[in-house]
Amino acid sequence: MMLEITDLKVSYGAIQALRGIDLTLNEGEIVALIGGNGAGKSTTLQTISGLLKPVSGSIRFLGDEIIGVAPQEIVARGIIHVPEGRRIFSSLTVEENLEMGAYLQRDKIAKQRTLEEAYVRFPRLKERRKQAGGTLSGGEQQMLAIARAIMAQPKLLLLDEPSMGLSPVLVEQIFDIIESINDQGTSILLVEQNAQMALSIANRGYVLETGGIVLSGEAESLLHDPMVIEAYLGG
Amino acid sequence: MTALSSVSFKTPQLVARIIRSVIGIIVVVWAAMRIYNVLFVNQAYGLDTWVRFGITGLIIGGMYALIAIGYTLVYGILGMINFAHGEVMMIGTFGGYFVLEALAAIPAPTLANPDLNFLNAQPLLSILLAFLAGTLAASLMGYLLEKIAYRPLRNAPRLAPLISAIGASIFLQNAVQLLFSPQLRDYTNPDALARGTGWSIEIAGSQVLVTYTGVLSFVLSILLMVGLYVLVQKTRIGRAMRAVAQDKKTAALMGVDVDAVISQTFIISGALAGAAGVMWGIHNGLVYYFLGFIPGIKAFTAAVLGGIGNIPGAMLGGLVLGLVESIGPAALGIDFQLKDVIAFLILVLVLIFRPSGLLGAASVEEKL
Repeated sequence: MMLEITDLKVSYGAIQALRGIDLTLNEGEIVALIGGNGAGKSTTLQTISGLLKPVSGSIRFLGDEIIGVAPQEIVARGIIHVPEGRRIFSSLTVEENLEMGAYLQRDKIAKQRTLEEAYVRFPRLKERRKQAGGTLSGGEQQMLAIARAIMAQPKLLLLDEPSMGLSPVLVEQIFDIIESINDQGTSILLVEQNAQMALSIANRGYVLETGGIVLSGEAESLLHDPMVIEAYLGG
Repeated sequence: MTALSSVSFKTPQLVARIIRSVIGIIVVVWAAMRIYNVLFVNQAYGLDTWVRFGITGLIIGGMYALIAIGYTLVYGILGMINFAHGEVMMIGTFGGYFVLEALAAIPAPTLANPDLNFLNAQPLLSILLAFLAGTLAASLMGYLLEKIAYRPLRNAPRLAPLISAIGASIFLQNAVQLLFSPQLRDYTNPDALARGTGWSIEIAGSQVLVTYTGVLSFVLSILLMVGLYVLVQKTRIGRAMRAVAQDKKTAALMGVDVDAVISQTFIISGALAGAAGVMWGIHNGLVYYFLGFIPGIKAFTAAVLGGIGNIPGAMLGGLVLGLVESIGPAALGIDFQLKDVIAFLILVLVLIFRPSGLLGAASVEEKL
């Protein structure tokens, strides 16, 4: 098992954001975590990547406990988190953003190779590589955020709302890219409000509501679950 | 009701703008009249004198620029003003001083000159060692300062680290006073770099002295600025610094050790201030516990003048401030002792009229 979360509890002061969730992810899977605003989806990802310290619980990655491990060490172990809102370094150029993605890769030749690969996958970014990240459009910024994450050659990719603020055409493109990244062997934990899209590419899914998991199962069966249809797929 | 409230909201702003404009016009007109008077009516100074002032300004300005970069780097990364930065520079001056003293005490006799010491036998190497020591001492000081005085307050309200900085500044002055006594000491230069010696150039029929220490300081400060620019723009450390300045959380998600980058920022700031400190010593000649205060606060002025958080701004601000305070008193026809007043008047004027500084906005997103 690649990722195993057991009874994870996270609080912001007195407010309990996660009330003991269990979640697993097998190697090679795409797992979708869906739910409304404030359900605790982003909190889950931030806790996995070490930005938030949980109150209790356990997160095991490839068998090792990673709670209490520093964020940069978690990155080094192969978990890359693409945060909500893309978080491009807007004053750095596109290429510098990509190089930040491979920050822990000391081998210059290997870094150059991953950069070339990223440019093959995202030719648009190559055209704009000398441009400041902040000058890109929303869709390009999302491409850059994903490309930057791939630069680290992650074992597990955490994606937070990759479809946010994008037109339907761009959402299709982004999800195609996510699938192709998965095809090349990267496991993906996908947080989405767009449940339809997320479940259509995922193997399995979890439904999060006010800090607790209320439903989980095969993505296909969730897509046809009356509760999911009612709450997240627009009835 | 809405009209009334909008009026009552706008009136103070309008009054403030009018007051600002009036002050601005008065200052500009007054300065223009004085300068006109000096240049065309009195003609008190010849070209040679202006060149002398200009040279002095550039030399001191280079030192201000190096120190100002430290204020700007730290502000860019932590959003705080490191008011103990002048003391970091002072530690650098002392570091260089002790090395030069020690080298002067090492005998290196030759047949021709049995009294020769190491300092004069190897002046270049000695100066290099002095700069190395000053830079190392100040970097270490910057590193410790952050670790002890600022890191525990990382998530505290903004005022707390500011007060801690002022406390650290007072502590360092007093610690140095206790350790090395409050007396003023002469900086020991090698004879080849004695203060007041240099090249003489002829301008408008007069001899203008370009001191060796001044040229050394200026050239070195330009080299260090170029080096810093390359470091920040072209290297992995520099990229990480810019990323951290912009977004600490996302930088951490890239695998950047944010605390380490903050430490590196203080080390680099300290190194530049330390180099400026040694220049200050060899060029101006005195070392004592309080010497960091004035250049520190002047360099802060320079950083604000250039636009706090903006590295080229700090460089430009330093040079401009050095020139203005050197040329200013003569150009305005006022007492030379008022040069500090000019510097701080500039600080006040910049804060009133252009808080974002000469090189414009160090906006939240584009701090470095």
